Amino acid sequence: MTKKEPFFWITVSCGIVIMAFILLPLIEMMTAPSFAMLKETIKDKDVVRSIWLSIYTAGLAALISFVFGTPLAYVLARSDFRGKKLIESIIDLPIVIPHPVVGIAILSVAGKNHWLGELFNQVGIRIMGSVTGIVVVLTFVGMPFYINAVKGGFESISPRLEKVSRSLGASMFSTFFRITFPLAWRSMLVGIVMCSARAISEFGAVVIVAYHPMIAPVMIYERFEAFGLKYSQPVAVWLVFICLTLFLILRILTLHDRGKTA
Amino acid sequence: MIRIKNLNINLKEFNLFDINLDIGTNEFFVLMGPTGAGKTVLLEAMAGLIPTKSGSIHIGEKNVTGLAPEKRGVSIVYQDYSLFPHLTARENMRYGLHFHRIDKDRSDETFDRLVENLNLSYILNRFPLNLSGGELQRVAMARALMVDPEILLLDEPLSALDPGFREEIRAGLKKLHRDSNVTFLMVTHDFAEALSLSDRAAIMNNGKIIQTGTMEGIFKRPDSTFVADFVGMKNLFAAQFRETKAFTGNLEIELSVKPVNGKGYIAIRPEDIVLSREELTSSMRNSFAGNITEISDHGLYYEAGIMVENITFKSLVTKGALLDLRLAEGTRIFVSFKATAIHTF
Repeated sequence: MTKKEPFFWITVSCGIVIMAFILLPLIEMMTAPSFAMLKETIKDKDVVRSIWLSIYTAGLAALISFVFGTPLAYVLARSDFRGKKLIESIIDLPIVIPHPVVGIAILSVAGKNHWLGELFNQVGIRIMGSVTGIVVVLTFVGMPFYINAVKGGFESISPRLEKVSRSLGASMFSTFFRITFPLAWRSMLVGIVMCSARAISEFGAVVIVAYHPMIAPVMIYERFEAFGLKYSQPVAVWLVFICLTLFLILRILTLHDRGKTA
Repeated sequence: MIRIKNLNINLKEFNLFDINLDIGTNEFFVLMGPTGAGKTVLLEAMAGLIPTKSGSIHIGEKNVTGLAPEKRGVSIVYQDYSLFPHLTARENMRYGLHFHRIDKDRSDETFDRLVENLNLSYILNRFPLNLSGGELQRVAMARALMVDPEILLLDEPLSALDPGFREEIRAGLKKLHRDSNVTFLMVTHDFAEALSLSDRAAIMNNGKIIQTGTMEGIFKRPDSTFVADFVGMKNLFAAQFRETKAFTGNLEIELSVKPVNGKGYIAIRPEDIVLSREELTSSMRNSFAGNITEISDHGLYYEAGIMVENITFKSLVTKGALLDLRLAEGTRIFVSFKATAIHTF
């Protein structure tokens, strides 16, 4: 066996440090609450309600991203036009803006002194302190992750496949649904997972727009503030556990794949 | 039948300038040129896959210039075959049938015929990932022909295949063309391939068509230095003409006919130049003494460079001839060629 160079040992030790840095706090938190405590927590109607709210608002955000983001991702992947870089930077903005600022920005158009807020008010849509508001915030922060993942997926599909399909008689619509969509499906799913994972973890923006109804991260914060670490841990464990299970199921469902996809 | 008139295309990376082309029904036409000449762009323009700036494209009697690709009846086979990776070979082949009103009996008949002719029966249920290069190529051909196109565009269909395999596929391609009434238009940069498959060809360079004509004509009578070089006329010299003589450097070369212009180029194929130890006097009207400056190995043959005065002639010699004549760098040798082997333009 050849002797390993010092460089190799540096890479290994840095890797170990990072693994420990990520896993140690998580494992500690996950194992802290007793079974009895976990059992009691999940019987708490407020906890169940807030976790469920977190999951379905994040899911809705992913669904909205899917419907509106897919065509945009396609255009960005397939065509080259002036201002494309600008549009891509705008899409990335929600990632870099501090979370409370996102909440404040959304409230400033949804408030009564803005014409859009006034319009919403008249048709009966309330942003402040409502599920609608939560979904708006989560979509705002999650959408970039969906678009970027799906754009990458579209880019990896050769445009020639679409060209061949057109020349064989398929319209652009048929081509999209028979060729592009089945091949990009996996990246869309990755995008949905990324988007909803990001949405579920949002706290700073939601807390400004809607403290109530309470999503799970807000509830964890509230229990921490009011009762301390011990009482916020079980909720956190349940949230992480349920989310991981959901993503795992999604992953298993998509493992079965025909032929070769990019 | 395809008729392209004054076609201009203006894309970011590729431009085509004033393309004019006439291709007859059921012809096997070849488009040649170096990489980046715009051959694929021209194919895609015919298929309607890229926008044109001006000019017109007619297929049959119909002007298809602004028509969507799915309404043109033009199938395309790309160099990488572009089979749909999520569909089996069978599904790939039948893909186009979803969009064409072809009678079921007839399409089944076409399918069976293509499966048999292209020997595809054993791979019908496989996905493209599990097919070899030759199999992918055959499935792509079958898929393109399933929809009864008027025109089949082939973008270097043989270049990705093993050389030993190409011969067989080439024969298959020729048979496929003979058995159908489809017009074939193939892009290639392999001259041997073009010669064996097609009757007529066009040479492209820098987005323009430089020469159009029969394969024989292009091969023997190129009308520009670019085409002469492209078809392998390695002996290409600027010359002054007087009566039936050409003057290049200090050499006086006998021609078989009087050229039209006073000056231009003479071109001689390297295989038409004969090397000998003694001066040849009989039918060879041109014979010069020179020295071999280089010999390079090209596998099946050798190429010798012979310096005569200040001009280097290139000649192809077999390994046998190389040994018989005891050729080596520095050997003094005679180069001879017939007056009829000289092309002037």
